[in-house]
Amino acid sequence: MSTVADNTTVTEAPVADLTNVLARGPRPKRPSAWSASVTFGWRAVLKIKHVPEQLFDVTAFPIIMVLLFTYLFGGALAGSPREYIQFLLPGIMVTSVVMITMYTGVGVNTDIEKGVFDRFRTLPVWRPAALVGAIFGDMLRYAIASLVILGIGLALGFRPAGGVLGVAAGIALLILFSFAFSWIWTMFGLLLRSEKSVMGVSMLVIFPLTFLSNVYVQPSTMPDVLEAFVQANPVTRLVTAVRTLMDGGWNTGEVLWVVVASAVLVAVFGTLTMRLYNRR
Amino acid sequence: MSDRTTGPAIETSGLVKTFGDNRAVDGVDLTVPAGSVYGVLGPNGAGKTTVVRMLATLLRPDGGEARVFGHDVVREAAEVRRRVSLTGQYASVDEDLTGSENLQLLARLLGHRKPAARERAAELLAAFGLTEAADRQVKKYSGGMRRRIDIAASILNTPDLLFLDEPTTGLDPRSRNQVWDIIREVVAHGTTVLLTTQYLDEADRLASRIAVIDHGRVIAEGTPGQLKSSVGAGSVHVRLRDPHRRAEAARILADALAGDVQLDADPVALAARAGAHGSDRGAAEQASAALAALAAAGIVVDDFSLGQPSLDEVFLALTARTEVPA
Repeated sequence: MSTVADNTTVTEAPVADLTNVLARGPRPKRPSAWSASVTFGWRAVLKIKHVPEQLFDVTAFPIIMVLLFTYLFGGALAGSPREYIQFLLPGIMVTSVVMITMYTGVGVNTDIEKGVFDRFRTLPVWRPAALVGAIFGDMLRYAIASLVILGIGLALGFRPAGGVLGVAAGIALLILFSFAFSWIWTMFGLLLRSEKSVMGVSMLVIFPLTFLSNVYVQPSTMPDVLEAFVQANPVTRLVTAVRTLMDGGWNTGEVLWVVVASAVLVAVFGTLTMRLYNRR
Repeated sequence: MSDRTTGPAIETSGLVKTFGDNRAVDGVDLTVPAGSVYGVLGPNGAGKTTVVRMLATLLRPDGGEARVFGHDVVREAAEVRRRVSLTGQYASVDEDLTGSENLQLLARLLGHRKPAARERAAELLAAFGLTEAADRQVKKYSGGMRRRIDIAASILNTPDLLFLDEPTTGLDPRSRNQVWDIIREVVAHGTTVLLTTQYLDEADRLASRIAVIDHGRVIAEGTPGQLKSSVGAGSVHVRLRDPHRRAEAARILADALAGDVQLDADPVALAARAGAHGSDRGAAEQASAALAALAAAGIVVDDFSLGQPSLDEVFLALTARTEVPA
């Protein structure tokens, strides 16, 4: 027991002279829900700036997906990769972006583990802002992934009949859906204990949803039971809507379906997420 | 701000939190007066952090009530959040961001506009001696710097109540002193501080009242003076020249100090509590009498010190007393 040190005060100039920074006037008004969310989105962008490696998921992975499936199935399914990519590209874009949404859950889980969420949860701001902001940042990643896929698609001969407008509308619809879909992962991010279990559950949900869909082949070629599942799969609806938009068409039914499904996802999983967020 | 000057900063009654079978907090009653440092002292796992997390609206109590400046932590959580901030045991800033970005982010979330947020961040960084590290990622900060940026983040909008959960655990003595200085300044400004710590010494230096927590219960509460006098002022540590005379020395000390003597692992060292509860003489007086007795017996003392009671000793004394049947 070092009793000597215990009784000695190290006298040195105080590190902090807080007299000026503490004495302050009235506190500023709390920010609006939108402004708080955008500020949290800014945090996500700063994180991308400092850890650019995290963009690997949204660049390398989609490139591999496009190359792999175009050349693996192209010859067999459509006669040539170039013909197949006209059909495949919108679907592979949806698949890649929907897969990337799971990193939202991983990010939330990491934040909790690191303790920074404690700080956010004690702030007097609109409660969902931290999560909405995180998803805003993720939307940027979805947009980057979409553009990367579009770029490589164009290089491989993808020529969408819908032109710039059609493609932009398709990507916008995809990002809207992905925003809504991300709330499933914020829920799991808050619910599950570790990053690994979040990944595990995400894969379990995402793999059947993306592969048992109309991304790779027409559902009419499938056995009846599978076809029924594929037709009911929200990813199929989304792919049909995006494909039609990029092809220069407009499928009111499917677009409306996607918008309504997005609203329902936010309502259900957003609510569940916020319950968990407040209860933790 | 009227609630800041009247009434206590924190009032809890029968606060309970269970995790599975574990009653982490088992009926805690606290009254923390406004405008001072209140120490919550206890070992790891005593329930200190759980109490703080409930008071900071991060956890819902399973039973009992807690009010912060008169606002219920569950029903009026938003009102509570407006008045408090928390520096946790683990860095509660974003390690991937720079110090400056962290402060700007929080300043904007607290309602400062962009230029004001930047200015406020720069002011705080300067005040905390972090200007040079402003544009470095927090994960590259030393332990002391990290704790400082964390506290800086907590006082962006100077709170009425600041929770500091073991702010000096793991810090070197120099950084620890810096944190102490900061706490003193924050309190001088009128902020109430609830400080949890494992170190009696720390609570003694900073807090005007202390609650000792063990197994989720408050086992003692009072001013540092009351607490220390209830356990004795401290320990007398003695090193002899001749190890063969230790047994004899132990008997003499036991007589002089009226208490048990511990034999240390070192064959020439022994220790005993001084100034025990109920004694009419002070610890220093008892200790010098004990030394005189050793000298009279011809036992050579090479080294001697009088230290404050350690947390172990406080606990031993407090738990021993509560276990005595009435």
